[in-house]
Amino acid sequence: MIDLVSFIPRAVAQSIPLLLGSTGEIVTEKSGNLNLGIPGVMYVGGICGVIGSFMYERSLSDPSQINAFLGIAIPVTCCLLGSLLMGLLYCFLTVNLRANQNVTGLAMTTFGVGFGNFFGGSLIKLTGADVPTISLGTTSRLFRTALPFASSMGWFGQVFLSFGFLAYVAIAIALVASYILNRTRVGLQLRAIGEDPATADAAGINITRYKYIATCGGCMIAGLGGLYYVMDYANGIWSNDAFGDRGWLAIALVIFTIWRPNVSIPASILFGGLYILYLFIPTGKNLAIKELYKMLPYLVTIVVLIITSMRSRRENQPPESLGLPYFREER
Amino acid sequence: MRDKQLAVRMRNISKSFGQVQANSNVSLDIYRGEILALLGENGSGKTTLMNMLSGIYFPDGGTTEIDGRRVTIGSPKDAFDYGIGMIHQHFKLVNVFTAAENIVLGLKEPGRFDLQAASERIRAICDTYGFDVDPNQKVYDMSVSQKQTVEIVKLLYRGAEILILDEPTAVLTPQETDRLFAVLRNMRDAGKAIVIITHKLHEVQEISDRVVVLRKGERVGEMVTAESTTEEMTTMMVGHQVALDIDRPRPVNPKRRMRIHGLTVRDGEGVLKLDNVSFSVYSGEILGVAGISGSGQKELLEAIAGLQPVEIGSIEYINDDGTIDQLIGKDPLEIASMGVALAFVPEDRLGMGLVASMDLTDNMMLRSFRDGPSPFTDRRAPKELAEKVVDELEVSTQSVSTPVRRLSGGNVQKVLVGREISSAPSVLLTAYAVRGLDVNSSYMIYDLINRQKASGTAVVYVGEDLDVLLELCDRILVLCGGKVSGIVDGRYTSKNEVGMLMTKLGGEAR
Repeated sequence: MIDLVSFIPRAVAQSIPLLLGSTGEIVTEKSGNLNLGIPGVMYVGGICGVIGSFMYERSLSDPSQINAFLGIAIPVTCCLLGSLLMGLLYCFLTVNLRANQNVTGLAMTTFGVGFGNFFGGSLIKLTGADVPTISLGTTSRLFRTALPFASSMGWFGQVFLSFGFLAYVAIAIALVASYILNRTRVGLQLRAIGEDPATADAAGINITRYKYIATCGGCMIAGLGGLYYVMDYANGIWSNDAFGDRGWLAIALVIFTIWRPNVSIPASILFGGLYILYLFIPTGKNLAIKELYKMLPYLVTIVVLIITSMRSRRENQPPESLGLPYFREER
Repeated sequence: MRDKQLAVRMRNISKSFGQVQANSNVSLDIYRGEILALLGENGSGKTTLMNMLSGIYFPDGGTTEIDGRRVTIGSPKDAFDYGIGMIHQHFKLVNVFTAAENIVLGLKEPGRFDLQAASERIRAICDTYGFDVDPNQKVYDMSVSQKQTVEIVKLLYRGAEILILDEPTAVLTPQETDRLFAVLRNMRDAGKAIVIITHKLHEVQEISDRVVVLRKGERVGEMVTAESTTEEMTTMMVGHQVALDIDRPRPVNPKRRMRIHGLTVRDGEGVLKLDNVSFSVYSGEILGVAGISGSGQKELLEAIAGLQPVEIGSIEYINDDGTIDQLIGKDPLEIASMGVALAFVPEDRLGMGLVASMDLTDNMMLRSFRDGPSPFTDRRAPKELAEKVVDELEVSTQSVSTPVRRLSGGNVQKVLVGREISSAPSVLLTAYAVRGLDVNSSYMIYDLINRQKASGTAVVYVGEDLDVLLELCDRILVLCGGKVSGIVDGRYTSKNEVGMLMTKLGGEAR
């Protein structure tokens, strides 16, 4: 039997990057922008945070003297700035120049991964270490600080309170995004743009501004996912390409949750659990079976895609003008 | 009538789209407590003019005053701020939202976002004017008339004082139309200024107090409805006949080529588009089809071409040897394999006729790629055809490998017509063959059609310019509301007669 008390915290930690990525993408898609650059954005978010904290840690003579506030604020700010720039680039290309969103997004993913690996490689050179990794243990410790009394509360503490602050931030962001989308005037207007920009325009809503804010905001949220992965999940160790395919899983989650950030909280934990399930299933000596278990998240994604495309309720469809550029005077 | 309060004063408004002049120097006054009808044929610039008043388009020139103040309307939001609201032909509603969500969309009301309170206000408005709207119903569950009601309530909720309705009855049943008109009268009596854009004369008569007529982007006249007749309005709408000097040779040895009988077509929503249409098409003759846009022209051609499911009726093709083929229920491929040489120049050139991103040769291949037993396509013949079309029809293009999207409208049309007539059709169907073309290109198309006629092809020419129809066609079939309201001889009819036929049945049936 699987040891749930140790399995759940691992699944949750695995899920947070997915949750942040999917929340960011949902907010973006609700404005009608299909940003397939999210994997690249998360990658850039991660490496920018790494660059920031690497510079900060190097400037200290003694890493143990690290200022807790700066140690967190610097990587977070760098991460947000990097993802914001990616978002601005995407918006400029697709909103102002009306470039094809799919192509732009895919190009940004390629670019983001290359950008991350380039600077990752450069920093690794700077460290002069034998292993191809950057280790930011001091910063990571700050990110992983859990509530002090968590360890004294047994299984409850381990399942609910053992995470770094970014995990709780991610859940809060998902809940707030959900509230804004469904319960506020801003959310109504944003959804209207994604559904029918001509109607929103006729209602006097500034399409360009909303698309920019939603897409850039979405990118910043997703970028935090990359930061969480490096600083918390990977214990502050950056190695090129380690982030893997989490960005694509985040996009799959958007469809899985039918564009609802609050649903994304349990759904991402489910995906996270499937992602690491192979570690917890006793397979004996047959390692091939483990490889089969690693397929699970992808299989579930395929099944979910089939099911969602068969569902026909209008509320469960993607935003109607998702992926389409809008130009008012088009005849 | 002139003691009414002036709400909007537009002066010398002009707007062009590329080379097309949609409005030139149009002036218009709109009064409170009055229903103004903006009358004109399709393409006369009615909607463009009102789109400028509601901020969708920005005028190239001219001035607008609202309540005596000079204003610049740069966006739909500006228009709202001046109390102008427009209901478009295609409703501006978000399908997955409820009525209430659509109505409050884009509003910046002070205080908390409260749909409940908004719903209360919506109900109050509905009670005042006699609407029937459920604020919590989703738009995708609504009938067309309910959606329209939501649109009107939306404008009233925003405190619109000037309401513009673009062909509001086009999609309504007669009962729904009566209900709409009753509500419009209520609003007029409450002091709102109302403009309805229409090309239906009987509606003008029924609802409006004053009518302004537009033709080809220009204002041609203004009348007080109660003091004018439909004849006067028709004359003003279609204008006087203009001599165009288009050749019209006598048909040589006409033989009956097709017999259409009792053709009835409904669209996907069950609306009757063609109602018991019967006529014959003769070889060596041009049959013109006239009618206000949306009277069933598109459905008629598509039914003949095998693209439109037919409810009842028959389309018989009469071969040279007298045998008869039934075309109903066949798709275009089956029709072609029966040896029926049909050529179709559709209205939507780059949507149905040609593939915009493919070059001339590839577009020529669309008709021939199935020929021959080889799994490989023959590219030489289409290339030669493309070169021949470019050469003979004076298509201005860099080469035959230019994507047709880069060609101007006239050249696109030449490519399409060239391809269609290259198959030596026995029946040529054309829809709005010269729409958007300059004068020279138009004459070239007329000439091409006449050459087909001389070679014994039966031509069906759907057109919108009555002057052209009157000079080009041997017979003119007039459609009105999906019915044939008359078939007249092109040589002896007058513009007025055709104009009356175009609007006649619509007036009686509805």
